[in-house]
Amino acid sequence: MPDLLIELFSEEIPARMQAKAAEDLKSLVTNGLVEAGLTYASAAAFATPRRLTLHLEDLTAESKPVREERKGPATTAPQPAIDGFLRATGLTMDQLEVRDDKKGQVYFAVMTKPGRHAAEIVAEVLENAIRKFPWPKSMRWGAGTLQWVRPLHAIICVLSDHHGFAVVPVEIDGIRASNVTRGHRFMSKGDIHVRDFDDYEARLKAAHVMLRPHEREHAIWHDAMNQAFARGLELVEDKALLSEVAGLVEWPVVLMGPIGTEFLSLPPEVLQTSMREHQKFFSAKNPVSGQIEAFATVANIETSDHGATILKGNLKVLSARLSDAKFFYDKDLRVAKAGMGEWLDALDNVTFHNKLGSQRARIDRVAALARDLAPMVGADPDKAAEAALVAKADLRSAMVGEFPELQGVMGRYYALAAGRSADVADAARDHYAPLGPADDVPTAPVSVAVALADKIDTLTGFWAIDEKPTGSKDPFALRRAALGVIRLVLGNGLRLGLDRLFDAQIVRHQHGDDGFRGRLLSVLVEHGFHDAFAALVSELGPEAEEWVAKLRENGVGGISDDLLAFFHDRLKVYLKDRGVRHDVIDACLAMPNKDDLTLLVKRAEALNATLGTEDGANLVQGFKRANNILTQAEAKDGVEYSYGADVKYAEADEERALFAALDRAEAAIAPAMAAEDFAAAMQAMAALRAPTDAFFTAVQVNSDNQVVRRNRLNLLSRIRSICLSVADLTRIEG
Amino acid sequence: MADKPRSFQEIILRLQNYWAAKGCAVLQPYDMEVGAGTFHPATTLRSLGSQPWAAAYVQPSRRPTDGRYGENPNRLQHYYQYQVLIKPSPPDMQDLYLGSLDAIGIDTALHDIRFVEDDWESPTLGAWGLGWEVWCDGMEVSQFTYFQQVGGHDCKPVSGELTYGLERLAMYVLGIDHVMDMPFNDPQSPIALKYGDIFRQTEEEYSRHNFDGATTEMLLRHFEDAEAECQRLLGFDPQDDKSGKRIIMVHPAYDQCIKASHLFNLLDARGVISVTERQAYIGRVRALAKLCADAFVQTKAGGFAA
Repeated sequence: MPDLLIELFSEEIPARMQAKAAEDLKSLVTNGLVEAGLTYASAAAFATPRRLTLHLEDLTAESKPVREERKGPATTAPQPAIDGFLRATGLTMDQLEVRDDKKGQVYFAVMTKPGRHAAEIVAEVLENAIRKFPWPKSMRWGAGTLQWVRPLHAIICVLSDHHGFAVVPVEIDGIRASNVTRGHRFMSKGDIHVRDFDDYEARLKAAHVMLRPHEREHAIWHDAMNQAFARGLELVEDKALLSEVAGLVEWPVVLMGPIGTEFLSLPPEVLQTSMREHQKFFSAKNPVSGQIEAFATVANIETSDHGATILKGNLKVLSARLSDAKFFYDKDLRVAKAGMGEWLDALDNVTFHNKLGSQRARIDRVAALARDLAPMVGADPDKAAEAALVAKADLRSAMVGEFPELQGVMGRYYALAAGRSADVADAARDHYAPLGPADDVPTAPVSVAVALADKIDTLTGFWAIDEKPTGSKDPFALRRAALGVIRLVLGNGLRLGLDRLFDAQIVRHQHGDDGFRGRLLSVLVEHGFHDAFAALVSELGPEAEEWVAKLRENGVGGISDDLLAFFHDRLKVYLKDRGVRHDVIDACLAMPNKDDLTLLVKRAEALNATLGTEDGANLVQGFKRANNILTQAEAKDGVEYSYGADVKYAEADEERALFAALDRAEAAIAPAMAAEDFAAAMQAMAALRAPTDAFFTAVQVNSDNQVVRRNRLNLLSRIRSICLSVADLTRIEG
Repeated sequence: MADKPRSFQEIILRLQNYWAAKGCAVLQPYDMEVGAGTFHPATTLRSLGSQPWAAAYVQPSRRPTDGRYGENPNRLQHYYQYQVLIKPSPPDMQDLYLGSLDAIGIDTALHDIRFVEDDWESPTLGAWGLGWEVWCDGMEVSQFTYFQQVGGHDCKPVSGELTYGLERLAMYVLGIDHVMDMPFNDPQSPIALKYGDIFRQTEEEYSRHNFDGATTEMLLRHFEDAEAECQRLLGFDPQDDKSGKRIIMVHPAYDQCIKASHLFNLLDARGVISVTERQAYIGRVRALAKLCADAFVQTKAGGFAA
């Protein structure tokens, strides 16, 4: 069985596209071959900057013949119908078979499509793959019409076995497949003729091309580590950079150089970012001080001067880059030391969103909310407000202008330079967190206050202007912001009434918090927009009544309820990943204080654990049975059975035992719930399982004796109310 | 390998000779203020239509916001680009380019030359292409682009375009750290001139002009005028009664488009254009470029067959 070698040789393929392109080539070709009836033992694809390569082992030499039968018209059908069938099948009258059918005799066409040679199929499949290749961006060149990521120059397409090899005849827009390729652009001359994959890979290596991306990555990492080690330094890991750099070279040569002493005062994050973004350099740091002291660049060539010229050039470019960075940093430090006022003023002129005002207005709102939040997270209110004010000042700094990814990181350095305290400076760095699922959640109280305020302000703002995420569209990353709030609350065990914080911030968005509105907001933060709010506000006088009416009209309550529902959706996704069932969350969402996420999750986790036990799962069945009987009886009798079960009407032992069990459960559950010890409460609830099951086995609820029946229904209602005091078990599925 | 050049002008001369030897028409700079060599009609307009083309030229270019009063080692508001445009792009375009590096003294056996993804887009010209920035020892020395679209028109055939930032490239080849210290002519000449002898004062003058001196009301007015004139010139009936010929005034109209673009750059440097207005101005210039492209493909040079 032959092996197949395909190489598509082109001008330089963007590094970021290579890995996917190799996979795409593999799947397009293998799928095509399999569809056409060929099989293979294994497939591997590789990419370098100038080539995509595919190697298949043990391809079947030809596809099997395919037999096809088609039923035609009845033998008695008119001639035109029979002629039509002959045309469609390409057969003649004497080639048709006549068979008996339910309705008489019918013509049948039996056709055998012969098997096809692998070469023929490969040629077809490869052409199709090239023409339909899913490049993220492709182009034309010269006068041709073919589309490829960059001009395609040559194609190798060879089938080989122990007898030898044969070029598969394919020609695509004037490019005729051969067994010829080229080696390294500068370190190899002339054509390379190959017989099969092993020969190809070996000849490429001799021509200074490492075909396998992982081999290049390994070589780079290994050499860079060794060179760093020789200097007493440690290489800073950067997997994304490693894979990008491996996509820029066919023959990696690592060169290491020092960073000029005049730049060592720059923060390590600046050095690393500048070197990575502009130059694609790795950083090497001093393991003791953490200072970045050297860089590693990866050249694509071995030279007679062992890279001296290349290193000299790179040093020069780096020095120019770092001079720029140092210029920015020094300039920024001057503004920072003067108190950062220049940046804060400038943020007045930067629009955050055309319906949500300037960045400065946003910062002021975040500061006000951070102040409200501070006591709830154990932070000093003045510190929290101060931190919120300076946390985004670095957005106007020259350094963040150049490297947006350094926002926050620079904010911390500049806040320290401005003489702010360490917790305020840390908040500048940490208030964006958590961004990704792998990010740590801030725990320092000031950072937590600002991080929460920042995200809640963003969410309430976009909710107030009705710019919510829809489907796959979430341009303002609101899902991420909500998840950030959830992780901050849960990670720190915070007890927040989110609803009233939402209410207050929506009012700030809609009306600001000057003058009277400030007093209004403090009541709002305390109590929320619902319930006591109107009554309390009315004590503040007639102006307050007007405001309440206005807030009602603006739908503040509805907006914040909708936002809370969005949070609950995100929470479900978050908890689902942690093994909590969605119906469990629904059961807990029906309980009071559902905007207290810590409480909600505690309840849900306890319920989830309880349902995982045999007692818990069976109790739910018992509860449901009790509830069904009650519901039917209540509907029939038109009364609610909720009170007055008396043990003196109990007839069976099981009935009396249930009375006793309910007494014990109630005595245990009430204090446990008050202490929010849901595990204990649910354990007590689950303990009802055995007496409940025994009761249903031994006792007929609908007794002919009406007194006994009513008493039993009232007894069932005790089961119902005990269970419902823990969670809404009617929502549990199954 | 050629020996090392000794001056800025020698590098330019070698590029001129190299591309002349490769069959390009060596053109002269366009006589208007432009932001980049791409604006020269020899690139923008000639990349359109089916007619073959091969041209190379130096283009003085102006970026008013980049003025640094002659103090920055490599940032200038007036600088030179070397531009090559070949249509259709030849299959050995990369090799031709590497040959030009060799011609100016960059030994590709000693240096690390890399083609790093860089897709080119000009929002003002309504143009884009795919290609690379070419790195030499970690420094960007050229842009290499296969034009896909110009003025909203698909490029058929595709042109290959090369742009060399001459000052930066020359500084690297000559080993100079500050552009003003770079020998402009041969340092052995009886009157040796450095780049700074020629351009330091003008950088100072234009920096002040661009940032503080230029009258913004006048610039705004001229922008409107150029825009209106461009549209008016393209509104004429192609049939010219006086000569009896079909004459579409594409190049005169395109001059007004170039003007509008430069006026916009000056207004930007003066800091009078807000972020939202910026997009609107760019859109207006792009609309002119598109009108010119539409008109050019209706002319003979643009491949129009009457």
